[in-house]
Amino acid sequence: MTEKKTLKRFASVFLTSSLIVGALAGCGSKEEGTSTDSGGSTSDDTSEVIKIGANLELSGAVASYGSSIGKGAELAVEEINAAGGIDGKKIELVKVDNKSENSEATNAAIKLATQDKVAAMIAPATSGNVIATAQIANQYKIPTVTASGTAPNVTENEDGSINDFVFRTCFIDPFQGVVAANFATEELKAKNVAIYADNSSDYAKGLAAAFKEQIEANGGTVVKEEAYVADDVDFKSTLTNIKSANPDFVFIPGYYEEVGLIVKQARELGIDVPLMGADGWDSPTLVELAGKDALNNTFITNHYSSQDPDETIQSFVDAFEAKFSEAPNAFHALGYDTVYYIVDAIKRAGSADGEAIQKALAETTDLSLITGTFSVDEKHNPVKSATVLEYVDGNQQFNSKVNP
Amino acid sequence: MEWLQQLVNGISLGSIYALIALGYTMVYGIIKLINFAHGDVFMLGAFIGFYAIARWDLGFFPALIIAMLLCAIIGVIIERVAYKRLRNATRIAALITAIGVSLLIEYTVIFFRGASPEAYPEVFANKSINILGANISSISIVILAVTVVLMILLHFIVHKTKIGKAMRAVSHDADAARLMGINVDNTISATFAIGSALAGAAGVIFGLYYTRIEPLMGVLPGLKAFVAAVLGGIGSIPGAMTGGLVLGVVETIVSALGYSLWRDAAAFVILILILILKPSGIFGKNTREKV
Repeated sequence: MTEKKTLKRFASVFLTSSLIVGALAGCGSKEEGTSTDSGGSTSDDTSEVIKIGANLELSGAVASYGSSIGKGAELAVEEINAAGGIDGKKIELVKVDNKSENSEATNAAIKLATQDKVAAMIAPATSGNVIATAQIANQYKIPTVTASGTAPNVTENEDGSINDFVFRTCFIDPFQGVVAANFATEELKAKNVAIYADNSSDYAKGLAAAFKEQIEANGGTVVKEEAYVADDVDFKSTLTNIKSANPDFVFIPGYYEEVGLIVKQARELGIDVPLMGADGWDSPTLVELAGKDALNNTFITNHYSSQDPDETIQSFVDAFEAKFSEAPNAFHALGYDTVYYIVDAIKRAGSADGEAIQKALAETTDLSLITGTFSVDEKHNPVKSATVLEYVDGNQQFNSKVNP
Repeated sequence: MEWLQQLVNGISLGSIYALIALGYTMVYGIIKLINFAHGDVFMLGAFIGFYAIARWDLGFFPALIIAMLLCAIIGVIIERVAYKRLRNATRIAALITAIGVSLLIEYTVIFFRGASPEAYPEVFANKSINILGANISSISIVILAVTVVLMILLHFIVHKTKIGKAMRAVSHDADAARLMGINVDNTISATFAIGSALAGAAGVIFGLYYTRIEPLMGVLPGLKAFVAAVLGGIGSIPGAMTGGLVLGVVETIVSALGYSLWRDAAAFVILILILILKPSGIFGKNTREKV
């Protein structure tokens, strides 16, 4: 009995002491953190590093997007630091995993803002997650730039007001729809088109609406409009419907998981007209799901192509391949560009103060990056070109560049 | 010939539902348990078939047989570990256990291989045959052939073999069967083995036909197959086959009419209607061959 009691007491003492030790250790590191910071947070000249947070999808459903952006950002930070950093100050990239979830994205933003005290943030890859961080960015006045959040409402709220501290490096969804429609009428001479959109994503619905408007303006007719929901696997009955309408072009905005199956099943049913989508198709998984043959005669709009003959793009591709031994995709390029975009603004602002950087970001003009040269419009969206790629035997081939 | 094409689409989908529904209905027939883990055995079958084809370079038929055998073993293990000791417990306890087993299987698979989808390799040259304007892929024909063969085999086992006779006897009256010298435990295990093997086969066929497999792929087809089993009359083998095919064709018709977003809803509306209007299902009333 007594033995048990002493054991219990011992255990409790042990637990409390370990707790205290843990707490002290926590304090210690915090103090360290603030001591390097305390010099810098008020007057930026004395701080040694400028921290840029990266709130990314490193695990979860869209982990491939977030980790790609992270890799691109890493390369950019390495290059900038090798070239002397920003006015002699090194950049430090602080990565936080938001697990591809909205609530975790908010938590990660709070952590970056309050604990790491970053000067600017790279926002999550998907629009929904960016929106989940917008309020934190505005509240703590930390400029936040998403590499690939393409939904219009990332920077512009429903009531038309602008999220002051939220920016992006990519073009917006409706623009891709417009490019696809122009490509269909001008290059493919399509007249009667069908649309098969993912009804469960705002991204696909936005693209479909913009495409429809533009194709009708170009004199084309939408002969069939159908929709599916995410996680469907059987598209044959709807595709049979589409086939019977005899379109000469089908626009399929959506994500690669379903699109891969749609393309495969469409070809099985004998739909052999050109199919087209947008950057949601861009994944190696698409080729596995659809098969190389089925993907022939399909096109996508994208942010950039690693096969673009442009010189700066090719030197970026070489540098990326040297570091990661893989060809950079659009997310890698956008992550890379996002760091350069932020750093350009910090340089012009002349300080790491949030409001100064915000102003500089909004005033960016003719900034030349890998994914195109752009100026920022009044809605915080870059005005830039899109690239059309064609799938040939499972590989993306550069087709053309379309200016806004 | 659009309607012929739609009919082919519907039958391909329906035969997969039918194969899964058979397992539901057999297990329900013998121990009055809705085995919600059944959809996950279907998922395991799809993955076993995938690894057999993609990693061990086996052909379709060896992969199908390996998936069926392993799923049969998994089914028996599930029954022995989770359900056997609950045989005399309330039905709700067994039902909740079934849901627990279902989640356990799903998340164990996610733990070991992650949640990302996998693309099934092509084992057949994918040729389309044009019959009266309908494009029928070679895979659809293989699927239909395999389904028909498995159903004939099942019919033979249930009606012409000793274990089939035992299964029918246990489903009528387990106590009386025991008095007649039938080993009830083994008979129940055999039922699980056969039902799970069919689910495993359905998994491989599904992977081949629809290409994309992932750890949560069993949930919706599992529920749909449950609807099919209820539609046909739960406990009835011909009911499960008919229910599956009818459900597949109905879903296809709903999509064909332009209501593709309502397709999943249609399946569950059928469930509600059948429970209100004819709870015993199409074949429920007069069947004497519950298994």
